Amino acid sequence: MSERKIRVLIAKPGLDGHDRGAKIIARALRDAGMEVIYTGLRQTPEMIASAAEQEDVDVIGLSILSGAHNTLCPQLMELLRAKHMDDVTVLVGGIIPEADIPGLKKAGIAEVFLPGTSTQEIVDFVRGHVRTRD
Amino acid sequence: MSDEKPATSSAEIEALHSPARPQHFTTVSGHPIRQLYTAADLVNWEAQRDLGRPGEPPYTRGIHPTMYRGRLWTMRQFAGFGTAEDTNARFRYLLEQGQTGLSVAFDLPTLMGYDSDHPLSQGEVGKCGVAISSLADMEVLFDRIPLAEVTTSMTINSPAAIVWAMYLAVAEKQSADWKLLSGTLQNDILKEYIAQKEYIYPPEPSLRLVIDTFEFGTRHTPRFNPISISGYHIREAGSTAIQELAFTLRDGIEYVERGIRRGLAVDDFAPRLSFFFNAHNDFFEEIAKYRAARRIWQREMRERFGAKNPRSWALRFHAQTAGCSLTAQQPYNNVVRTAIQALAAVMGGTQSLHTNSLDEAWALPTEFAATLALRTQQIIAYESGVTNTADPLGGSYFVEALTNEADHGAREYIRKIDALGGMVAAIERSYPQREIAEASYRYQQAVDRKEKIIVGVNEYVSEGKPLEVLQIDESVALRQQERLRRLRAERSGEEVRRRLDRLMRAAEGAENLMPHLYDAVKAYATLGEICDALRTVFGAYEEVAIT
Repeated sequence: MSERKIRVLIAKPGLDGHDRGAKIIARALRDAGMEVIYTGLRQTPEMIASAAEQEDVDVIGLSILSGAHNTLCPQLMELLRAKHMDDVTVLVGGIIPEADIPGLKKAGIAEVFLPGTSTQEIVDFVRGHVRTRD
Repeated sequence: MSDEKPATSSAEIEALHSPARPQHFTTVSGHPIRQLYTAADLVNWEAQRDLGRPGEPPYTRGIHPTMYRGRLWTMRQFAGFGTAEDTNARFRYLLEQGQTGLSVAFDLPTLMGYDSDHPLSQGEVGKCGVAISSLADMEVLFDRIPLAEVTTSMTINSPAAIVWAMYLAVAEKQSADWKLLSGTLQNDILKEYIAQKEYIYPPEPSLRLVIDTFEFGTRHTPRFNPISISGYHIREAGSTAIQELAFTLRDGIEYVERGIRRGLAVDDFAPRLSFFFNAHNDFFEEIAKYRAARRIWQREMRERFGAKNPRSWALRFHAQTAGCSLTAQQPYNNVVRTAIQALAAVMGGTQSLHTNSLDEAWALPTEFAATLALRTQQIIAYESGVTNTADPLGGSYFVEALTNEADHGAREYIRKIDALGGMVAAIERSYPQREIAEASYRYQQAVDRKEKIIVGVNEYVSEGKPLEVLQIDESVALRQQERLRRLRAERSGEEVRRRLDRLMRAAEGAENLMPHLYDAVKAYATLGEICDALRTVFGAYEEVAIT
């Protein structure tokens, strides 16, 4: 039986349009053999949770550079719990002050990747921590 | 203190002291660089035609004969955070420190045309810039700052015409003569579709608003630049230097075409077009880019548009050091990067400059970090000696050859976009977006493979202490929401509705919208209400997401 590919949703929540990082990560994960869906810009937590459900993803990668992470991440985690999708691994990448990281992890974010992270580190993390959900 | 194990063998020690040199030498954009440049690299180059003198076409050497001997560049630090009161205090501090122009950073809700109390504004109010929801906020932002005496740059695009109307209304309240107002509205919507993605409406109505500001400006504000045609964000999105140059100039060509189509005479508005470029790490590549930009623009203005006024030919630009080059690791290294980048902008003949602060890979700058960034410019201006002569690098085989290569590379892109039917057609096919995404991915791969070294990130890594950074909390949003609630209670709701209706009717037709926007902001219609009124008529733009 061939193993199902890891399915990843890369999402840009909030109003920010700086999508360089999101696009690089989407492409790097795809090059690493994963199925990647990119939501495009300006997704509300509701839109992200429902896309994750419809696409039946194993991982959600959020790219946030605007400082809105403390508002947006807990909202998304709450919505995922309501959909019984707490087993989806949620990662955040972007400009996140170190002081905010413990709070995000407490809210259920699996890992926070700061500027300067190589794409390989993220690929390795996903491979090491994510089991496909079927 | 290093926690690396001590090297043991002499080979290891040697490797530590002389890391392997690359096989191929390229700029940060991946442009190949030869071992030596000589006269043989300039065979088709004619000094008189391609270089000229400063202040004379083709302006390769700069747009003023005396350059910085006559007047230094404007030191214009971009600032904005929290409420209008917070930013007003930072502005007055920066002016006291010797800054010579203001530059407003707006928060994301403002940039996207939402009021601070809109549900989509949650978590974003005052974070990336100052929150401006109405003329009331704008009055506080410029409190005790005489608009006839300062020059103000406003970094806003989709709602630019509305925010400009607010600025003009504040000026009127201060009894400042509009004819004396000086500054720059970014107002470059094309690069939003290409790179920064802060668009609201589809390209055609957005361009109409831009040309409305050109037309209004030629009549009422002869000293105000209605646009800053920006490569900065294209570069930040990951483009090469040549792509930045080409897409920016092609955007400029698009605006000139649209202005002419409106019935404006090219020499009536082209002198007020200004540009904005990135100042990235690769010192000579950046200098060549600025020099090529001036040469190409004067050529296009004369040959394509038949402009007769030399002020239409001369490309004036603002530069900002590269935010994307700043590292979160070892943030004090960013001071050095910024100094090198700023020096490139100055050696490339910039008219105004923003230097980034060392903490901007983490947050908006603290007052300490912003002051150090301004001091960096002052040291270049007053201590380095590079301002003593115009275009000190002119005639260097290397710089002239790189300038030629940038010129040729950009011209090829411009021809390609012409063939696609212009920039709007190219954007609709995602052509520039795709070129940038490719370049950005290539660069990331080069960094991941250590073909490009970033000190402190993929080489010379060490642990550091976290920085003290500026924190904006949610109290800003609460104060803004309260101010909006009061505003909506105190103004005449009926008058606001009447003026918004008139604006919508005008938007359905073809007349210039500036007078209607001015009327609406004067009645304290909010930014969100005005943008919504235009959304009703123009619709909203959705891009095709590419990865």
